Amino acid sequence: MGLGLLVVIWLITVVGSYFIIAKTWWLPVGASAAAAGIDHHFTTTYILMGAVFIAAQLALGWFAWKYRDRGAGPQQAYYSHGNTTLEIVWTVLTIILFIGLNLASESIWATERFDAAKPGAVQVEVTAMQFAWYFRYAGPDGKFGATKPELEDASLGGAGALGLDTTDPASKDDVVAGVMVVPVNREIEVILRSHDVIHSFFVPAMRFKQDAVPGLAIHMHFTPIQTGDYELACAELCGLGHYKMHGIVKVVSDQEFSQWLAAREAEKQ
Amino acid sequence: MATHDIAAPQGFIRKYIFSLDHKVIGLQYFFLALVAVFTGMFLSLLMRIHLVWPNASLPFFGEIKPETYLSLLTMHGTIMVFFVLTTAPQGGFGNYFLPIQIGAPDMAFPVLNMLSFWTTFLGFIVLVAAFFVTGGAPLHGWTGYAPLSALPSAGPGEGLGADLWITSIAIFCIGALMGALNFITTTLDMRAKGMTLMRMPLTCWAWFITAILGLLAFGVLLSAGILLLMDRNLGTSFFVPLVTVNGVLTGHKGGSPLLWQHLFWFFGHPEVYIAILPAMGLCSQLLSVFSRKPIFGYRAMVYAIMAIGFLGFMVWGHHMFMSGMSPYTAFAFSIMTMAIGVPSAIKTFNWLGTLWRGKIRFLSPMLFAIGFVSLFVVGGISGPFLAQPVLDIYLHETYFVIAHFHLIMGVASIFGIFAATYYWFPKMFGRMMNETLAKAHFWLTFVGAYAIFMPMHYYGMAGGLRRYSQGTEVEWINNLAPIQKFISIAAFVTIASQLIFLVNLFWSMKKGEKAADNPWEATTLEWTTATPPPHDNFGGVTPVVHNGPYEYSVPGAPRDFVMQTDAPVTAKH
Repeated sequence: MGLGLLVVIWLITVVGSYFIIAKTWWLPVGASAAAAGIDHHFTTTYILMGAVFIAAQLALGWFAWKYRDRGAGPQQAYYSHGNTTLEIVWTVLTIILFIGLNLASESIWATERFDAAKPGAVQVEVTAMQFAWYFRYAGPDGKFGATKPELEDASLGGAGALGLDTTDPASKDDVVAGVMVVPVNREIEVILRSHDVIHSFFVPAMRFKQDAVPGLAIHMHFTPIQTGDYELACAELCGLGHYKMHGIVKVVSDQEFSQWLAAREAEKQ
Repeated sequence: MATHDIAAPQGFIRKYIFSLDHKVIGLQYFFLALVAVFTGMFLSLLMRIHLVWPNASLPFFGEIKPETYLSLLTMHGTIMVFFVLTTAPQGGFGNYFLPIQIGAPDMAFPVLNMLSFWTTFLGFIVLVAAFFVTGGAPLHGWTGYAPLSALPSAGPGEGLGADLWITSIAIFCIGALMGALNFITTTLDMRAKGMTLMRMPLTCWAWFITAILGLLAFGVLLSAGILLLMDRNLGTSFFVPLVTVNGVLTGHKGGSPLLWQHLFWFFGHPEVYIAILPAMGLCSQLLSVFSRKPIFGYRAMVYAIMAIGFLGFMVWGHHMFMSGMSPYTAFAFSIMTMAIGVPSAIKTFNWLGTLWRGKIRFLSPMLFAIGFVSLFVVGGISGPFLAQPVLDIYLHETYFVIAHFHLIMGVASIFGIFAATYYWFPKMFGRMMNETLAKAHFWLTFVGAYAIFMPMHYYGMAGGLRRYSQGTEVEWINNLAPIQKFISIAAFVTIASQLIFLVNLFWSMKKGEKAADNPWEATTLEWTTATPPPHDNFGGVTPVVHNGPYEYSVPGAPRDFVMQTDAPVTAKH
C-alpha cells in the first residue's frame, strides 16, 4: 500500500507538472506594457511554488513507502515530539519565501494601480449593463457630456442606452461605440461604470481586469503595445447573459485611431 | 452548568428526534450533512453535464437554460459550504467527540445544542425550498454580490428564491452561533481532571478555535443578511446605489455594493478555516495514530492553529483586489494573506515530520489522512498566486480560483470528513466499516479529485472564466472545451464512486464486523469507553488524565501506545 501511494502521488506530481512546464495551456501572448512584468512574476511564482509542490509530494510518497509497517520485526517508530530548531528554521524560511515573493511584485502593482494615468492619456469611458458594453469618447472638447439615469433607453443603443443628456453642450461631440478602438503605444485611461449590477472588464491579452461597480466611476489605465483585435469578456457574475457579455478591443495605429474617431464625429453631424 | 442525567431518556422522540445527547445530535448533524452533500454533488453532476452537453435533457430540470445553470451553481456552493463543510466536521464529529475526548459527560448546554441542530435543519429546508418557488432558485452565486442579489428585477430567481436563500443563511448563522457558544464553553469548562489545554488532542484544539472563528464570523454574516433582506423588502439601500435595470430606475440610492463584499468576506474568509481546521486537527491525529509516533511539534501545531485563526480575520480583502477597493488596502491584505501561508506550511512540515521514521499502518482512515496532506499541499500552493494582486489581475474569477478553493476548502475538507467517518464509525455504530470497499473508495476518490481539479488550473491559466453556463460565445474560452470534457468525465467517475462509500456506510451499520472498544490502538479518551459510548459517555466514571494525547512507541512502555488515562509515563532511553 505504501508503494501504491508512492507511485500514485509521484505520478500525479509528474503529470501535473508536465502540463505547466510544457505550457500546454498558458496565458495568451501579452499585448500591453504591463504584460512582460506580470508574466515574469507569474513564472517566478510558478518556479518557487512548483518546487515546494514537487518537494512536498515527493517526500510524502517517499515517507509513505519507506516507513511502512513491515510487520513483525525489530522496526520501531522513532519516539520524538519534534524539534524546536527545525520548527524555527522552516518558519523563518517560509516567511522569507512568501513575504519576499510578495514584495518582489509590489512595484508592478504600484505602477498599475497606485499611479494614476498620466496627462495626455486617451480617455475611454466603459459602461457595462446587462448584458452589453458601451465605449464613450469625449470628442474634441475633451469633456464627457452628462448622463442621466432617467434618460436611459437600452433599446436605442449607443448614446440612448447611456442616457446621454443632449441638452448638455459637452455631450454634442461625444462618440459612443460598441467596439473599443484604441491607439497603440498610448496610455489608455479607462473610466469604468455600470448601470445595474457589478460587471468586470477583462482583457486577457492586456493583463487587465477591473470590476465595474454601479455608483462608482473607477479610473484605471493600460498601454497596448501591439495592434490587433483582442477579445474582452465580463468576469463578474452579472445575471443570465453573463456568458454572452463579451466584446472587442481593437488596437490600431495612432493615425487610424484619429481617422476612426473623426469618421464617427462626422456621422453624428 | 450542565447536569447530566445518568439515565438515558426513554421514548423515540426524546431519544432520537429532540435529543439532548450530544452524541445523537452529532449523528443528526452527520446525517443532515450526508443528505446535503449528495444533494450538492447531484447539482454539480447536472452542471458538469450541461457544460459539455448543453442541449441534453436532464432529470428534474429538463433542458438547462443559462439561468438554471446559475441557480445550480448558487445552490451547489451554498449547500456545500454551509450544510456540508461547516456542518459535518464541527456540528457532526465535533459534537460527538469533543465532549468525549475531553472527558465530559455532555456539552455544556444540551438544550442549546438541540436548538442549534434544529435551527440548522430548518435552514436547510428553507434553502431547498428555493428550488420549488416561482422563478426558482437564485442565480447570484453563493457569494450573493449586491446589487444582483438585492434586486428582484435583476434576473430570474432573484424574487422569492433569493429571499429564501438569504433567509436560510440567516437561520444557519443563528444555529452556528449557538453551536459556537456551546463548543467554547464546553472546551473551557468541562475538561476532565488532568486534561490541561496542552494535553488536549489537536482535534479539540481545532474544534475550539473553529468555534471562536464561528462566533466572530457568523454574527457579521447574520447582520449582513438582515440588511440585504431589508434592501430587498423594505426599500432600504444599504448595498444598492442609484441603479437602473433595463433602463428602469429601482428606487434605491446611496448604498455601497462594496459594503456587502466586505461584510460577506469578513465572514467568508474565516469560513474557509472553519471548514478546514477540523480536518487539519483530525489528520494530525490520524497521522500520529497510524504512524505509531507522537505528533511532530505538538506545540507548534497548536500555535499554528491559533495563528491561522487570528490571521484568518485579516485577509478577507484578498477576495476584493479587483472590486474597486483601494489598491493600498489591497497591498496590506496581500501581505497578511501571504503571512497566513506560514502557519499552513508549518503544519505541512510537521505532518511530514510525523510520518518520518514512523511505522505506518495503511488503514482506510490513514489513507484519507495522507490524501488530505497531498491535496492540502496542491490546494495550498496555488494560494500565493491569488494572494498577489499583480497575478490576481489575470487569475481573478478564472477556473484557477475554482481549482484552488475546491482543493483546499472542498476536497481536502471532505477527505477529512471521510477520514473521520472511517476512523470513528466503529465508536459511533459499534461495527467496523468494510476495509476493501473503503480502500477502493479511497483510490478512486483520490485519483478522481486530481483528475477533476488539476485541469481546472490549466483552464484558468488560459483565461477560462467561472460561472459561464457556456464557453461557446468567447473565442478564447471556446478553445478550451476539451479540458471541460475531460473534467466532466472525471467527475462522472468520481461521483459514481461515492456510491461505494454510501453502500459501505449503510451496509456496515447493519452487517459490519463487531468493533472492539479500541480497534485502532489509539490513546485518546473516546477509546477508553464502551463502543458505542453509554449515555453519559463514561458509564458513571469520570476519567482522570495523566498523559498527553500522542504517546506512541514510548521506549520502555509495554505496548506501543499509552492511553491518556494510563499511569504517567516518561520515556526510558
